[in-house]
Amino acid sequence: MDTLLAQYTQSPYASEGLTSEEQNDYTETLPPLSLKFALPPVSRPSAFLRAATDDYSNPNCPIKIAHGTTTLAFRFKGGIIVATDSRATAGNWIASQTVKKVIEINPMLLGTMAGGAADCQYWLAYLGIQCRLHELRHKRRISVAAASKILANLVYSYKGMGLSMGTMITGVTPEEGPALYYIDSDGTRLSGNLFCVGSGQTFAYGVLDALYKYDLEDDEALELGKRSILAATHRDAYSGGYINLYHVKEDGWVKHGFMDTNPIFWQTKLEKGEFSNVTSELI
Amino acid sequence: MASIMNAGGLPSDQPGYSFSNASAPSESSGPRQHAFNPYTDNGGSTLGVTGADFAILAGDTRSTSGYNINTRYAPKLFRIGDDGDSSSRIVLSVVGFAADGNALKERLDAIVKMYKYQHGKPMSVKACAQRLSTILYQKRFFPYYVHAILGGLDDDGKGALYSYDPVGSYEREQCRAAGAAASLIMPFLDNQVNYKNQYIPASGTGHELQPRAIESLPKEDVIGLVKDAFTSATERHIEVGDGLQMLIITKDGIEEIYTPLKRD
Repeated sequence: MDTLLAQYTQSPYASEGLTSEEQNDYTETLPPLSLKFALPPVSRPSAFLRAATDDYSNPNCPIKIAHGTTTLAFRFKGGIIVATDSRATAGNWIASQTVKKVIEINPMLLGTMAGGAADCQYWLAYLGIQCRLHELRHKRRISVAAASKILANLVYSYKGMGLSMGTMITGVTPEEGPALYYIDSDGTRLSGNLFCVGSGQTFAYGVLDALYKYDLEDDEALELGKRSILAATHRDAYSGGYINLYHVKEDGWVKHGFMDTNPIFWQTKLEKGEFSNVTSELI
Repeated sequence: MASIMNAGGLPSDQPGYSFSNASAPSESSGPRQHAFNPYTDNGGSTLGVTGADFAILAGDTRSTSGYNINTRYAPKLFRIGDDGDSSSRIVLSVVGFAADGNALKERLDAIVKMYKYQHGKPMSVKACAQRLSTILYQKRFFPYYVHAILGGLDDDGKGALYSYDPVGSYEREQCRAAGAAASLIMPFLDNQVNYKNQYIPASGTGHELQPRAIESLPKEDVIGLVKDAFTSATERHIEVGDGLQMLIITKDGIEEIYTPLKRD
């Protein structure tokens, strides 16, 4: 009798409120890779997304996503230098001058942001989670090669969906030494000594290629990173704001400031005699 | 980016009804399907400024579509996680497509309340800000057409303000204007709040001039600035006007101030 009764009685409030599954649906933060991303009810979602957000193919698109950037990273004997500008533009409008384009994945790894700001922020945060899980499962730090490949495989699985990111993953590990990888939303993954990414990349490459060598001292390398971004902010209208400088070493990264470009420009001109094309004369 | 990415809205932009011309690049072959225009721009502007121990969010209350004013009181500001006991210290402002804005508000509100009931303590603004980012990104491929600003007080009791782009990139800032008149209001804020390009007279020669130091403004001054920003935007932007709603977040609660704007 008791068993029968138990079968047909419920605890007083069991049917009230949300089930644990429903609560999960509401509170789950990270969708699995098969993804719960909402899609527009049309046959070709990526075409809709392009029409709504890509101001390159459709200049009067309603949703403007930020583009335009200069980011660089290079390997040298003392580790890796990472430097970026801080401007975000939507069309001609400067949406922000204080964007943090160096993303601190964890105390050892850095990523850079070029392309869609949200794509970079979200997926590098996701990468941070995966790196932590790797540490917990394997009881050792993830290699930069493995970390960058997680991201490359991830963006490749979304190829054609409209993600836009050009990022560099950097870190120093005992087995790899200083490691630098370039990953973009096409699925490209390259390792190298030196990369510049973004609309100002050519200007940064110009300075960096001229003065780069692997045997730079720490202070020389920091100065070169800063000077390359300065050159890009000077000639690329889509770059500007502040120079964000980082030095990655084996025991983690060190921040070397978020510096206003304008005083640095005048300092460079007056103290070193560079930028002599700029004069105070009104010709 | 935070912050970032404002939906254009330069003064020269022609307001249009919906976005019927925002279609994919024309394709000569292949089956054609009905146009899918899920967005309308409901105009208006929002603004957020923080101080040492408060945050102010403001928005005009006009709702437009194209040249039509549909209502003169449609608030863009929402208290998040408010279940009647006035313990809420988080405010969300959304500008862009009002339907998307409402849907976003409902989602965030549900999540913040659920958090409170499950953990027995209110959600911090920092956590709420990160959560809002992921909510926006869940619709990366079918975005909410909104520019959101989230305001509150951080763990130290300081004013906190986070601004978002439509797909969830975000940044903590001192002040931010969004919406139709962002390009009119933001330069005013740069000048009056962050003292951009202002230097102390005779503090040096050439590039050695010392910049005017940023101070955290008192609440009364900020309220004055916000009112000035909106009366000025109302003068020069057709989608801004009717009323100004301000929500002022302090440790004592959220105070609401409504002031009329010109209704023409």
